[in-house]
Amino acid sequence: MQLRFAQLERFREQFIVGLAGTVELTVICVVAGLLIGLFCAFAYKRGNPRTRKAIYVYVEAFRNTPSLIQLFVFFFLLPDLGILLSPFGAASVALSLYFGAYATEIIRSGMDSIPAAQSEAGACLGLSTYQIYRHIIIGPALRNVYPSLSAQVIILLLGTSLASQVSANELFHAATFVESRSYLSFEVYAVLCAIYFCLVLASKLLMYLFGRLAFRWPTHR
Amino acid sequence: MVQIEINDVHKRFGQNEVLKGVSLQVQKGEIVAILGKSGSGKSTLLRCINALESVDRGNIAVEGVRVHQNMPKLREFRQEMGIVFQQYNLFPHLTVERNITLAPILTGKIRKGEARELALRTLERVGLRDKLKAYPINLSGGQQQRVAIARCLAMEPKIMLFDEVTSALDPELVGEVLKVMENMARQGMTMVLVTHEMGFAKNVATKVVFMHNGAIREQGTPAEIFNNPRTPELQNFLGNN
Amino acid sequence: MRIVEFSDILALIAALRWTVGLTLIAIALGGPMGLALALMKASRNLVLDGIATAILQLIQGIPLLALLMFFYFGVPVFLGVDIPPLVAVSIAYVVYASVYFGQIWAGSIAAVKQEQWEAGACLGLHKWHQFFYIVAPQAFKISLPASVSFLVQLIKGTSLASVVGFVELARAAQVISAATFQSTLVYVLAASLYFLICFPLTVWSRKLERSLNGAN
Repeated sequence: MQLRFAQLERFREQFIVGLAGTVELTVICVVAGLLIGLFCAFAYKRGNPRTRKAIYVYVEAFRNTPSLIQLFVFFFLLPDLGILLSPFGAASVALSLYFGAYATEIIRSGMDSIPAAQSEAGACLGLSTYQIYRHIIIGPALRNVYPSLSAQVIILLLGTSLASQVSANELFHAATFVESRSYLSFEVYAVLCAIYFCLVLASKLLMYLFGRLAFRWPTHR
Repeated sequence: MVQIEINDVHKRFGQNEVLKGVSLQVQKGEIVAILGKSGSGKSTLLRCINALESVDRGNIAVEGVRVHQNMPKLREFRQEMGIVFQQYNLFPHLTVERNITLAPILTGKIRKGEARELALRTLERVGLRDKLKAYPINLSGGQQQRVAIARCLAMEPKIMLFDEVTSALDPELVGEVLKVMENMARQGMTMVLVTHEMGFAKNVATKVVFMHNGAIREQGTPAEIFNNPRTPELQNFLGNN
Repeated sequence: MRIVEFSDILALIAALRWTVGLTLIAIALGGPMGLALALMKASRNLVLDGIATAILQLIQGIPLLALLMFFYFGVPVFLGVDIPPLVAVSIAYVVYASVYFGQIWAGSIAAVKQEQWEAGACLGLHKWHQFFYIVAPQAFKISLPASVSFLVQLIKGTSLASVVGFVELARAAQVISAATFQSTLVYVLAASLYFLICFPLTVWSRKLERSLNGAN
């Protein structure tokens, strides 16, 4: 029952490449997912019943199915549609849509939390609906739901580990590779957990700092 | 010249008929005070004037143009009319300056470079020049209401509507807001206000309208209304106030 | 290579029993453990609170997949013993469920206003009675939307057991997909089955949330 962490040294490069992959995948999916969320939340609030139904179906489909299955579906569906992407690319599409579904729901509830009087005041000043959303609603709405959004980012970060199952090159994939080569199961997964834990801490810190930077207006006297 | 023409307006909310055939004319430069107890329909009438509420029957015209919620150029129309609310409705995430200059910049009335100048000018008119960089949450109710007025003035409206703008204020803060409104009146602004401030109605208004149960019971000069109330409802109302 | 047949759909549905089974194990064992964690956090005891917080932060900082691998591959190798797959997988899900339930319930207990505790104290109730009769029922109601919502996450999470070869729904889909090469169709079918289970729960969670906010 010996611990042989030192022997993992020679696999350092695999871990680093995997780590970079995880970070890259997370960033891509968060950015894409946020854009999807903003667009869909706005379209849902503004749109006709058909648009709202479509967005509802999208959001519920992605929220009520496992992201592992979603990854598999896109891994096989995209080539069927003639879209040839690398495993990493397919995973990016699947996870972006996954994050986008949650982001849509969160951002929409954020928008709902802004009193109607605010958009009424904007309308009375002669602003267009888009201007009202962009300048009056979005800022406070995002601030209200920032904790939920941040929590979802962490969930996504940890969820990128599933991309390993479609052979995307990220951290978990690297770990299984190292484990199969070194047979140091315990050490590999212990190190893996430690790295994810540090990633989560770093992300929380980053998101906290970003929040301080982006939301600067006072909320109490 | 008749600026606002309200013709036999009817409106119901569900089963409740809130406006039962209201007709009113407002001349340019007039200061019209609308009085009445809660539920008399006065706020609803005000909100119909700038199409915040729809009208079921009858019509409203401003400077000859028919006003309704699907009118072409609704936004342009609203840019010419300012409305101040009981709850101020300032944008909490923007500074006073930005609250005031947001609409003028976005609607193209001024360029970005002229924004600060405009903000200072309008703040001067409401006596809050030093609050340019403050956030609404750090202002008193009276100050917030004055900023709300400044926000409207920055759009250089032809008509100003006021919906019980002092009702939510502590008594000692009411005076500063009324002073600003008096100044605006003196400068020739057409104003329609729903108010409980009898002093203002008596001394500053040029026409007083008394509403009861969704209809106008009496209208006339302040002297006529306050000194010679003819209907029992108005007599009752004045007696209680 | 063959086409997907009705028997395949039946096989998928049959595989659901492990999806449900793992979920039930996680709730049955993870529930009480989660409650224990929540109580540790709610207690005024700094040591207990600290230990509970450390466990919560630790497990919430790693992917469920890593937890599974750790108990399935890592621990047996480390301890040098053979752990039956079901046991290893169950331990992972029990830990996962107890941590997230613990987090939710600790939050619900904290959400009950301090005045409620004080009201109990004024009535002469001992701390435990204050909790059991006054705070717990309210905390339970508050926790329902989030608990049901996590239940959905748990059910979806059972799909990861497929990675270590456990034949629940996701694994069954993989097997059939490999046999028929109509992968997209098979996985969409599997997704639909998950949806049929999870969607009603999601709707219920939302209803609970609305009635909770309405009551407030």
